[in-house]
Amino acid sequence: MPRKVVITGLGATTPIGGDVPTMWRNALKGVSGARTLEDDWVAEFDLPVTFACRASNPAGEVLSRVEAKRMDPSTQFAVVAAREAWRDSGIEEIDHDRLAVAFATGIGGVWTLLDAWDTLREKGPRRVLPMTVPMLMPNGPAAAVSMDLGARAGAHTPVSACASGTEALAMGIDLIRTGKADVVMTGGAEAAIHPMPIAAFGAMQALSRRNDDPEHASRPYDVDRDGFVMGEGAGALLLEAEEHALARGARIYAELAGAGVTADAYHITAPDPEGLGATRALKAALFDARVQPEDVVHINAHATSTPVGDKPEYTALKATFGAHVDNLAVSATKSQTGHLLGASGAVESVMAALAVYERQAPVTINLERQDPEIPLDVVTSPRNLPAGDIVALNNSFGFGGHNAVVVFRSI
Amino acid sequence: MASNEEILAGLAEIVNEETGLAPEAVELDKSFTDDLDIDSISMMTIVVNAEEKFGVRIPDEEVKNLKTVGDAVDYIAKAQA
Repeated sequence: MPRKVVITGLGATTPIGGDVPTMWRNALKGVSGARTLEDDWVAEFDLPVTFACRASNPAGEVLSRVEAKRMDPSTQFAVVAAREAWRDSGIEEIDHDRLAVAFATGIGGVWTLLDAWDTLREKGPRRVLPMTVPMLMPNGPAAAVSMDLGARAGAHTPVSACASGTEALAMGIDLIRTGKADVVMTGGAEAAIHPMPIAAFGAMQALSRRNDDPEHASRPYDVDRDGFVMGEGAGALLLEAEEHALARGARIYAELAGAGVTADAYHITAPDPEGLGATRALKAALFDARVQPEDVVHINAHATSTPVGDKPEYTALKATFGAHVDNLAVSATKSQTGHLLGASGAVESVMAALAVYERQAPVTINLERQDPEIPLDVVTSPRNLPAGDIVALNNSFGFGGHNAVVVFRSI
Repeated sequence: MASNEEILAGLAEIVNEETGLAPEAVELDKSFTDDLDIDSISMMTIVVNAEEKFGVRIPDEEVKNLKTVGDAVDYIAKAQA
């Protein structure tokens, strides 16, 4: 039997709450994090999309001024979330040589990169900040978290677009099972609400254009869905080898029982319409976790609210679960948070762990007319999950055909 | 033209902005590395900000000679003259 991996600390900074308790309270209530953007650059560039889900607590205001100055916003979010997860775990004494980091991002330090480019063009090379490279590098969040916690068993950065955050958890499981670490800070961070990514995602017709009604724009599974809504923030989960957690009497949210990671090898952006890659990831995750499909009661779905994306996930769920698909309580929390790209898998994993621990499924908002081709049992009002042994999944899929699924089992 | 006192005050402000050190800790006899714990990357940021604030140019090869706050104040004062 491989070493069991458990989740003992949670952290998050998101558009629906700057910490886990606030986010979770809102996730059960059902709120929208989407707002019209007030930034001057929206009008300056006449952007086709004028709203997004901003983090409710800007990380620059949580960290000290000097700390924040040396970090890209994506790294700031990572550090805020990881510190919360660390405090939440109650961990005190630890062998730092046995503590690793797996912290993902989808895009990396895009603000730093583009600010530096503007500075170079406007003021010349002398004014480009010496901290530019360490701030823009995609491993910046993992490196900063590693320094902050003194994690010396390696600091890794899985990058697989919108599957990145979930892949970080999969990597964390591997690090513990293979004995490379006893404790791993996993998570994902993203800060890409910048005019260039908005223009670029807009150009590929991926974003909702519901500019006159931002709060109703992110509407997974609804017939009127027209694209995703950009979000920003970070999620963090502290993973521990079970024996390590038990030895210190830690509070355990759930077992992180297994993961499945696959690639579609089909198209660079479009998901395989038959959901074959996602199906293989789901089946691999269940096999890895040694759970039967019938054990699963809840899914935090990828469900981004794009016309083409939501359906193949249903196809994959149906192929994996057969008739049991009708018994799954499905939450599409991007309806509330927007799509946090490389952080989404981590934030949604925080929610899935809490769903198992608190026995409550978070709410999907804006589902007014459900797409008849996606007849899932979508959780639209607070719903209790059953007592006894339960299992939940979190799905994440990314441009490039990346599929990642992780399995949460009640303790 | 700024007096040496004004240069010191301006420099202390830049150091505070970059490192969070209290401006009054930035004294003439303090070493940037040994006393103020300023690393080379922060030092370059401070130098570039000082160039802009005081309208001077501090070549990269000069920066290693600016061991103390006083060295920097003297260099800036001479460069302004």
